Amino acid sequence: MSTAEHAEVNRRDFLYIATGAVGAVGVALTAWPFINQMNPDASVLALASVEVDLAPIAEGQAITIKWRGNPVFIRHRTQPEIDAAKAVKMEDLKDPISRNANVKDANAPATDENRVVGGKEQYLVQMGVCTHLGCVPLGNEGDYAVVEGAQKEGGWFCPCHGSHYDTAGRIRKGPAPENLHIPEYAYLSDTKIRIG
Amino acid sequence: MSGPSNYKPTTAFGKWMHARLPIMELVQGQALDFPTPKNLNYWWTFGGILAVMLVVQIVTGIVLVMHYTPQASLAFASVEHIMRDVNSGWLLRYLHANGASMFFIAVYIHIFRGMYYGSYKAPREVLWMIGVLIYLIMMATAFMGYVLPWGQMSFWGAKVITNLFSAIPFFGESITTWLWGGFAVDNPTLNRFFSLHYLLPFVLAAVVGLHIWALHVPGNNNPTGVEVKSGQDTLPFHPYYTMKDAFAIVVFLIFFAAWVFFSPNYLGHAINYQEANPLVTPSHIVPEWYYLPFYAILRAIPDKLGGVIAMFGSILILFVLPWLDTSRVKSGSYRPLFKGFFWIFVIVCIALGYLGSKPPEGAYVVWSRILTAYYFIHFIVILPLVGLLESPKPLPSSISDAVLAKKKPAVVPAE
Amino acid sequence: MKLLKTLGIAATGLMLLAAPALAAEGQKDAKNISFSFEGPFGHFDRAQLQRGYKVYKEVCSNCHSMQYVSFRNLADHGGPEFTEEEVKALAATFTVQDGPNEDGDMFDRPALPSDRFPSPFANEQAARVANGGALPPDLSLITKYRPGWFGTFNQLINGIGGAQYVYSVLTGFEEPTGELAAEAPEGKHYNPYFANGHWIGMAPPLSDGQVEFDDGAPNTVDAMSRDVAAFLAWTAEPKMEERKRLGFQVLIYLGILSLLLYLVKKKIWAGAH
Repeated sequence: MSTAEHAEVNRRDFLYIATGAVGAVGVALTAWPFINQMNPDASVLALASVEVDLAPIAEGQAITIKWRGNPVFIRHRTQPEIDAAKAVKMEDLKDPISRNANVKDANAPATDENRVVGGKEQYLVQMGVCTHLGCVPLGNEGDYAVVEGAQKEGGWFCPCHGSHYDTAGRIRKGPAPENLHIPEYAYLSDTKIRIG
Repeated sequence: MSGPSNYKPTTAFGKWMHARLPIMELVQGQALDFPTPKNLNYWWTFGGILAVMLVVQIVTGIVLVMHYTPQASLAFASVEHIMRDVNSGWLLRYLHANGASMFFIAVYIHIFRGMYYGSYKAPREVLWMIGVLIYLIMMATAFMGYVLPWGQMSFWGAKVITNLFSAIPFFGESITTWLWGGFAVDNPTLNRFFSLHYLLPFVLAAVVGLHIWALHVPGNNNPTGVEVKSGQDTLPFHPYYTMKDAFAIVVFLIFFAAWVFFSPNYLGHAINYQEANPLVTPSHIVPEWYYLPFYAILRAIPDKLGGVIAMFGSILILFVLPWLDTSRVKSGSYRPLFKGFFWIFVIVCIALGYLGSKPPEGAYVVWSRILTAYYFIHFIVILPLVGLLESPKPLPSSISDAVLAKKKPAVVPAE
Repeated sequence: MKLLKTLGIAATGLMLLAAPALAAEGQKDAKNISFSFEGPFGHFDRAQLQRGYKVYKEVCSNCHSMQYVSFRNLADHGGPEFTEEEVKALAATFTVQDGPNEDGDMFDRPALPSDRFPSPFANEQAARVANGGALPPDLSLITKYRPGWFGTFNQLINGIGGAQYVYSVLTGFEEPTGELAAEAPEGKHYNPYFANGHWIGMAPPLSDGQVEFDDGAPNTVDAMSRDVAAFLAWTAEPKMEERKRLGFQVLIYLGILSLLLYLVKKKIWAGAH
């Protein structure tokens, strides 16, 4: 090809390429709002964190609150429950990882210390969602609760497929693969936490 | 279908696919190589614009439905939720609401183009009638869509129009009750309108497919109204008309964007931002602008059933337009008498629209009646007579002759 | 060219046909004051929106709900832009109903940012009883459904004047004299700017100096009316600034793309005939 023709082709192609590129960019920019509208909207995000007052929860009591559509167990543990949890050796745990979103190291061991936040070992805050298939476990049940006479204290048992969680919410027996997950939360004061 | 297909698959996959579902051959024949008259002007870009607007409405509609609640006590609030909380929800809603208006602007221009250039004449009568069917489906879809936000005008517009069916003798009341699903416009009505509003655009898309099929049999009309005689008269659709349409579409999108971003509520009714109240009638019930001419015709006839018949008649008469116009010459460019009456008709339609927005009192009523009468006279009297009586200008012998004649003699063809 | 002509005719036709609502019997056209947010380049005045909020809170919220606005919206971009802390504090000054609690009872608690503005009345009937049979309308959208003036071209150029309507009603109370005074319905007040006839159930709600502003801004009836009208324009259109900003970007982009496509079209057609 002669130089003039070559230049002609390049000039023509450049226009087509430039137009195509500008058009493609426009298509991408237009597509974004349509994809993003499926992301959680402002009203859902506003409920993404919830504050809970722990003061009304007496020792040995637990409450369940809803957070991001799921139940969260908040239990004010008794000393026997805490001691029982601390006595468990890591080798005996089915899932040795803490599963605590507040612990920086994702592989931290599931010591009782790593199952609470801020050293406040009397409060156990965890997702009330069995890590097997998502059922809500029953509290004060299962083979790893602390037995006080006729009562069981602490521990959870999932009736769907028989998973047993101990007094720190760790899976000990049954098909669930992981300890009950600890959500992101922080103490706003000694008796108030914000989850999420 | 007319148009050659030179499709020859080159890759192994291409050959494999071609033997099973020859879609590339279809695309090449109907969309790329399709021989299109070389003299189409910008009035011909509105078909492509309409296709784009249909896609816009369907896509925005589908994402809106992800957030809308079709229940009388929740619908209005769900639309406000979309406007305030959903990511870009305000944009999606304004695109859909203004998109409907843009859809109708484009369709009116498209229809008037067809009327001016005689695109409804043989052998394109079925193409034209499918087009009228598309228009009717559009009107039904838009009517039901406007009810969904459940504002004051949504409710009262629905009430007025569904009440028209009670004018039908014998069965009117039962039909109206059946439409409502109750004794008045209420939640059952909203739910079924929601279902049908979602359904009809897909029916529309299928009918548009038929429309394009019917077009591709004879091929496009053109501004001279003289049919294609040889390859000299045509150009392949791609890249000539794909790029011309692309340009026209983007200019139309500028027009669309100006409404969406800078005047998004102007084409609607302010009172629709008030939630529906069955106990309080707005002082002026008006439909959306694209129904106004028909609203004027409806109210021009003092009798309820008569008004309904006139209103539907004004659209149904379009079906028989190919047989009302007696001229053998297609294009208004060569029919000076017809051209004048055409523009008068356009002005009458706009005037009827204006009258539809006014309260039915005094001079407005008188003019509505005069112009309604003229509307029907245009089709039933004027078109047949003009075709018989006028002397059309001499037609060019072919499209390419017409194109060459337009060029200045001093220009040397570039080759 | 032809396309532009087409769109020009379409726009003209549209403007003639687009049917703005017609005035109720005798509604006086609103006073045409200007607001900072009008026009394609307009935007809200943050300080004005904050003052307007205060007027709503201290005066209007006693009778008028604002049900589509959430407290957290007061911290959003494009609005009064209070801080998160301020929003938490001012939300807590409102009470919302929650429940049922474990005893099966509904209970009241201070509002959170995620809550919507509560209504001052339990339901419509309670609102009417407390207001002589009249229902104080919800204010979330009032500047979008109450035009200040009418007319096809007028509204295209000047908008519907919703904020001007609010301003005019708040500043438009007059003492009826003579015949008017004689026919005054019980418990109603004369206001020629009101959309539903001249007799409004609301007593003049504002008086000079009624609300103190932290920045010492003027608090005459006129100033407070402008502020609360602007605030209500924001409650009706919280996304206005984002809309106009994106609009410019889109128009510029489409302008560039249309120019490129025009050149492409010309180039392709150059060898056509």
